[in-house]
Amino acid sequence: MLNKLTMLACGALTMSAAVTAETITIATVNNGDMITMKELSSDFEAKNPDINLKWVTLEENILRQRVTTDVATKGGQYDVMTIGTYEVPIWGKQGWLKPLDNLDADYDKDDLLPAIRSGLSINDKLVAAPFYGESSMVMYRTDLMEKAGLEMPKAPTWTFIRKAAKAMTDKDAGIYGICLRGKAGWGENIALITSMSNSFGARWFDENWKPQFNTQPWQDTLQFYVDVMEESGPPGASANGFNENLALFQTGKCGMWIDATVAGAFVTNKTDSEVADKVGFALAPDNGLGKRGNWLWAWNLAIPASSKKSDAAMKFVSWATSKEYTALVASKKGWAKVPPGTRKSLYENPEYLKAAPFAQITLDSIQSADPVNPTVDPVPYVGVQFVAIPEFQGIGTAVGQQFSAALTGRMTVKQALASSQRLTERAMRKARYPK
Amino acid sequence: MAITSSHKSKLIYTVLAWTISGLIFFPILWTLLTSFKTEAEAISASPSLFMFDWTLENYRDVLERSPYFTHFWNSVVISIGSSLLGLLIAIPAAWSMAFVQTKRTKNLLMWMLSTKMLPPVGVLIPIYLLFRDFGLLDTKLGLVIVMTLINLPIMVWMLYTYFREIPSEILEASRMDGATIIEEVFHVLLPIALPGIASTLLLNVILAWNEAFWTLILTAANAAPLTAFIASYSSPEGLFYAKLSAASAMAIVPILILGWFSQKQLVRGLSFGAVK
Amino acid sequence: MATTQSRTLAKFMLMPSVLLLLGWMIVPLCMTLYFSFLDYNLLIPGEHEFIGFLNYEFFITDPAFTESFFNTLLLVGGVLTITICGGIGLAILLDQAIWGRNYVRIMVLAPFFVMPTVSALVWKNMLMNPVNGLFAHFSSWLGMNPIDFFAQVPLLSIIIIVSWQWLPFAALILLTAIQSLDREQLEAADLDGAGPFSKFFYIVLPHLSRAVTAVILIETIFLLSIFAEILVTTSGGPGYASTNITYLIYTQSLLQFDVGGGSAGGIVAVIIANIVAIFLMRLIGKNLEG
Repeated sequence: MLNKLTMLACGALTMSAAVTAETITIATVNNGDMITMKELSSDFEAKNPDINLKWVTLEENILRQRVTTDVATKGGQYDVMTIGTYEVPIWGKQGWLKPLDNLDADYDKDDLLPAIRSGLSINDKLVAAPFYGESSMVMYRTDLMEKAGLEMPKAPTWTFIRKAAKAMTDKDAGIYGICLRGKAGWGENIALITSMSNSFGARWFDENWKPQFNTQPWQDTLQFYVDVMEESGPPGASANGFNENLALFQTGKCGMWIDATVAGAFVTNKTDSEVADKVGFALAPDNGLGKRGNWLWAWNLAIPASSKKSDAAMKFVSWATSKEYTALVASKKGWAKVPPGTRKSLYENPEYLKAAPFAQITLDSIQSADPVNPTVDPVPYVGVQFVAIPEFQGIGTAVGQQFSAALTGRMTVKQALASSQRLTERAMRKARYPK
Repeated sequence: MAITSSHKSKLIYTVLAWTISGLIFFPILWTLLTSFKTEAEAISASPSLFMFDWTLENYRDVLERSPYFTHFWNSVVISIGSSLLGLLIAIPAAWSMAFVQTKRTKNLLMWMLSTKMLPPVGVLIPIYLLFRDFGLLDTKLGLVIVMTLINLPIMVWMLYTYFREIPSEILEASRMDGATIIEEVFHVLLPIALPGIASTLLLNVILAWNEAFWTLILTAANAAPLTAFIASYSSPEGLFYAKLSAASAMAIVPILILGWFSQKQLVRGLSFGAVK
Repeated sequence: MATTQSRTLAKFMLMPSVLLLLGWMIVPLCMTLYFSFLDYNLLIPGEHEFIGFLNYEFFITDPAFTESFFNTLLLVGGVLTITICGGIGLAILLDQAIWGRNYVRIMVLAPFFVMPTVSALVWKNMLMNPVNGLFAHFSSWLGMNPIDFFAQVPLLSIIIIVSWQWLPFAALILLTAIQSLDREQLEAADLDGAGPFSKFFYIVLPHLSRAVTAVILIETIFLLSIFAEILVTTSGGPGYASTNITYLIYTQSLLQFDVGGGSAGGIVAVIIANIVAIFLMRLIGKNLEG
């Protein structure tokens, strides 16, 4: 009798567990692809009636602060976090992320692009799933290039870029030959200038973690950047990040723009871009030293170890980064809008290649980026446009401030580099490197 | 003669006052107007004040993308809740400071105010850890507590300066009539003090509504108020002036309307003891 | 005067707010003080070693510290000057007989209700942006080169934005004060043949001194911790040109996630705030007595 009762009670419990839906909280960035994910997530909820989704959508920097504070203090406010390639190895090493070994059976991990996948694995175990991946490339206005009497090679050099920028600039008409990030921040101007510096033969640290801003390659990089922006850049460049430059390019104010490959979809999108049918693409420039100035980044979905609903979270991560999700976006929004840069199969899909003129360049750029050997000379760190150590966000942003001061002319290039060297040395001393 | 000259000066002052206040108000007006433009018109090089194709598209987009009403409701609960709770604690304190002065009163008051100078970000981690341990993260209750504590010094001070202006003869007269302290508070003090209390309440609703540090860092999906809503529009990809304007308008218009309707009450008690 | 009974009651009534504020201040403050002596980075878990005053040393000797200290003073001083001078002017203007005074007052009051984040976003993008902003359109319409506000005059730009937010507050308090001015005194001065200037300097201004003090006190409290406006517009740059102390601590705590360094900065900021508070207290003591 008693047994029967217990069984009944147990049955009732499991029943009610099946009926009461579990709610998971997802923190994500307010980028277009994530907004689409949120929009289409009703499909996931329809397939998983026992899981409810709650969204926290925030601007990138605020999001980063919130999720970092939460994961480091084990606050447990989020079940799925959107984090960058920079955070994954650092957090993964601390054991803050749940290994993704329970993804759907047909997830097909081997379809992920190797360059992206290697950055998201700790001891060959995936700890974050890539939502979209990007490198950087040159976007340019074909009509202005033609007007200037030049032709963009598939793999331009920095010298060519500077010449072309000068030729395309017509300040009276409000057209500036080149738009580059100038807003201070490790994810803004530092991302661009660091990848640029790789192609100039510079590096952040030598093998003994000594900062290298007092070297000639850095001098050359920053001088080139400041010069080309002075000759052909838009006013107010020191406040321009990705979004500001995108707005400038879409309204026809930039001749060239070197930035994330994901922007390809935005500049060719006819509803937002006034120049949609006049855009060409090329690889990021180089200096003939064997490294191109392109970066590697991915936004990924990860599950913090403190999440109490990791099974439901795992289901969601599987769904949002799967091939089926790609197909869903394609059917609802068109192929040009699918999240790019994570799966080989996407780049073998003729429909995608037809809809996305930037697809091949994107793939080539991603595959040519090497986070483990990012520079001409050897370095002790991983990361193309960043240094994957916890101290980098602070150092990178402070150095970014110096570089943006150089861009506005408040400091000379020499002063900016000297104070960058000083502040990096200080921070590294405080963090007691070499470790 | 005299009449025309005073008319003339009235005209001059009127024109001057309208011009200056128009300039001060312009950024808000411009935001409101931009929220009805298309993105392309919003950044047009020859912007137009009223002659454009009015559209509600931005509002539709914003409403589709974010749970505006949840954020709005959270803002209402947090700002009003914390102001009421604050009043409950501040009124007795201010009352006793104003009517039973000791040597230490002024120091105590200054000390209270100086707690407001503590930079919030300096104590972020301790507060975050405490909130985590008490299970207050992402709860409206947690934010009500924080907002109350943040604004308490200002409330005590505002009420104190207001109560100070109440002539103590009135209270003494009522005491002579044998009124108990409770009666004194409810029948004599409160009616006189009501304007001061009302404007303290209003000012604190405004301050709590606009607080954008703790409300952002201590919330996730459940308790996030309008400041978090704005943070998801601050730099989206591509052209965003019109959508940003629409989101901004939705965040500020409720408090703007409240402020306008209650400006008389607000102004009456906003003297901070500055008016003899 | 007060009876013993009311004294005791007064103590009880004071108790809740004093205790709450004490708790709110002491608990985090003690934790902050404790953290400030540790080698504690949020991103590096494990044992946090005791490192004495090293965090303080690094914070004080940071080249950014001196600059941000003076920026803080400039920011507070600049905004106070603008809002008080502008506020007095506005208050006098609004005190005149004008048509539609209510509407004028509503318009002047409005910026005070706007969230700091929103006003910074609006000024940055829609007004001060050197390519697409309204000021840029306006200056190119005049045939001038647009000003690149956040690159050329970053701190001034922030002062302008913050002043816009606080001008209504100052103007309203000063207006209330002016309206309480004894009209007979002014009429008597008129009869004595006093000009508008001497009336302003000998009657109006002394009458306003208490209101001005109140404005200074309240605004200083808020201005010392200005943060959102800087984060949204310049992120403290270029260089450290618009970094104030609060923002510097922010970069330590939420960019570097250096809890130790950020805590040391927090303690330094508390000390600075208290010095300011002592100054203010002197000021208030003189002006708000009685």
